[in-house]
Amino acid sequence: MLREIRPAIVLLLLLTAVTGLAYPLAITAIAGVIFPSQAQGSLIEKDGKVIGSALIGQEFKEDKYFHGRPSATLAPDPNDSSKTVPAPYNAANSGGSNLGPTSKALNDRIKEDVEKLKAENPSQPVPIDLVTTSGSGLDPDISPEAALFQVPRVAKARNLPEQQVRQLVEPNTKGRFIGVLGEPRVNVLALNLALDGASK
Amino acid sequence: MTAIGWFQIILYCAIVVALVKPLGWYMTRVFNGEATFLSPVLRPVERGFYWISGVDERREQHWLTYTVAMLLFHIGGFLIIYGVMRLQAMLPFNPADQAAVAPDLSFNTAVSFLTNTNWQNYGGESTVSYLVQMLGLTHQNFLSAATGIVLAVALIRGFARASVRTIGNFWVDITRCTLYILLPICIVYSLFLVSQGMPQTLGPYVDATTLEGAKQTIAVGPVASQVAIKMLGTNGGGFFNANAAHPFENPTALSNFVQMISIFAIGAAMTNVFGRMVGNQRQGWAILAVMGVLFIAGVSICYWSEANGTTALHALGLSGGNMEGKEVRFGIVASSLFAVVTTAASCGAVNAMHDSFTALGGMIPLINMQLGEIIVGGVGAGLYGMLLFVVLAIFVAGLMVGRTPEYVGKKIEAREVKMAMLAILVLPLMYLGWTAVAVVLPSAVASMANAGPHGFTEVLYAFTSATGNNGSAFAGLTGNTFFYNLTLASAMFVGRFFMIVPAMAIAGSLAQKKSVPPSAGTFPTTGGLFVGLVVGVILIIGGLTFFPALALGPIVEHLAMNANTLF
Repeated sequence: MLREIRPAIVLLLLLTAVTGLAYPLAITAIAGVIFPSQAQGSLIEKDGKVIGSALIGQEFKEDKYFHGRPSATLAPDPNDSSKTVPAPYNAANSGGSNLGPTSKALNDRIKEDVEKLKAENPSQPVPIDLVTTSGSGLDPDISPEAALFQVPRVAKARNLPEQQVRQLVEPNTKGRFIGVLGEPRVNVLALNLALDGASK
Repeated sequence: MTAIGWFQIILYCAIVVALVKPLGWYMTRVFNGEATFLSPVLRPVERGFYWISGVDERREQHWLTYTVAMLLFHIGGFLIIYGVMRLQAMLPFNPADQAAVAPDLSFNTAVSFLTNTNWQNYGGESTVSYLVQMLGLTHQNFLSAATGIVLAVALIRGFARASVRTIGNFWVDITRCTLYILLPICIVYSLFLVSQGMPQTLGPYVDATTLEGAKQTIAVGPVASQVAIKMLGTNGGGFFNANAAHPFENPTALSNFVQMISIFAIGAAMTNVFGRMVGNQRQGWAILAVMGVLFIAGVSICYWSEANGTTALHALGLSGGNMEGKEVRFGIVASSLFAVVTTAASCGAVNAMHDSFTALGGMIPLINMQLGEIIVGGVGAGLYGMLLFVVLAIFVAGLMVGRTPEYVGKKIEAREVKMAMLAILVLPLMYLGWTAVAVVLPSAVASMANAGPHGFTEVLYAFTSATGNNGSAFAGLTGNTFFYNLTLASAMFVGRFFMIVPAMAIAGSLAQKKSVPPSAGTFPTTGGLFVGLVVGVILIIGGLTFFPALALGPIVEHLAMNANTLF
């Protein structure tokens, strides 16, 4: 048994160096060359300043923008670091609500959001993704139905014809991969950037 | 449920099955010490490793020596993770200035990664440095996965060999597994993941100013290199807190699909390695068929339940299934499928929050883990877990006809059955025992995030996941407390090693036996009757063990949900 001790130490150090340092550092170097944008986080810049990532949702509250899904992410309470406070789309602390199907807190939250949305657009059924939080709290997408649902509000806030706003939704809708995998979706940040471009 | 949803599920199964033979062929060559197309490059490296560490690659080990070597290797691995976490503030690659991790949390995490569980009581981006992610966690993702695979190979050798005392050399197996199988796949795979949008950088977190002028700090890091092995090695520990639900950890529907395939790829191929090594590939396909039956049943129930949504949602006039805790790019079907895959294997990565699943949708992952994660299972661990059930099923069949049971030419006798029973019984003792303790301790009850039966399910899920070395969670439970850090660590430890040591003892005892040629009285273990018998034994043992606990959690919650009772 004693002769197993040397490989237990030496082989462990060798394999650790290969898998824990050489491998991730080599991948970092290669990825930085062949996929520089993705490797940095698919960042979007405007006038030289980073305005976000194409993959990470951000919070939109103003009527003139399309809104993303509710987000359940938290941040440390500035007054008491042992507690947390809601901080939607906190991209430094991802997470979901973790509320279960019989949770009263969840039901109350959804009910409140449904009522708000019904008041905003009584003509269409409320899309489920606009009243449920995502698993990461950073979902960059909404369903095409959720985008179309918000068209009247956005058009009104921008004094644009609804038709013009609606026309922006379609080119920003991505279908399923090869028509099969995943779900159709609209990237909220991309849509809002297109909207800002069209309003100028 | 939609036709395109079912089509995604069928496509997934077809690709996994198509990979079984080529991957099984390649892995068999690696473990038989034969040359592969990578040998010209890797063989010199491999020999260099043996030379420096003083390993004689021709010397094989007795099962006890093999097991001791594995345990020594793990002690060293534990010290590295624990050390790096405690000292991260003083070490490089820490651009977010993370402080030293607390002792109990470091202990829990070290055990968690060592045992291939990757339970996360820490939030990746808010707790640990890039160095911990790479040197502590990525490296152990490789080595704990390789350990699972080589132990399964050692057990297979026990079945395949006759009248010998040795079952291989641990050092050779672990080196070859890492260099020839895991590392090459991960290099290609991680670059694919970056192409899909997964970050791979050592730069600091990015500060962005959103369109509305708010500040947003975006966590990045060397994500892709870790995610590749996290999936392939069925580890499941996320770079980020939200794991594979995080858009950086699973950017597209394609990355999601490939991640699901990589969870099952090696585990499913291990059945083919088994078949090849015992000299009849149909033995491997029969085991894969047992797994397939249980898998399809689980996926169907989970998908149906999630697509149905909840009574509370219907009452508010909402349709489209239960989207709470799910991402739009995956939708209902890819989230349900992922949940079943990740718990059937002992992966534990999540692309949706299981805590927010419907009662029955969340029960399927729980059952998958309680059955011992034998439906494909963890890399290696799934196969040796399944072989324990096979031993038991063969024993039951032998009792029915009054013959000494045989499996692939080996007589199954008292010693093997006792060891199999020890492994099978110790798991429920952990998850049911600790759950019982937790629900009577007020401080442990305070960790529940949901009231009513769902809170109980959170605790049961936590201990089941830890014992099964899965690592997925009903994440509402606040696990980072002294009580849960220690009890979950003990569940992970027992769940891993009290499975491994009996399995190795069986390997050693089988290798010594003579091989019996099949006769007219031999129960054929490649047909439908065998598959049905094993499925039956698994469900009966499982049902008897954990049905009462399920009745208190998800089942009663399902009834409450239908009556629209809220807690």
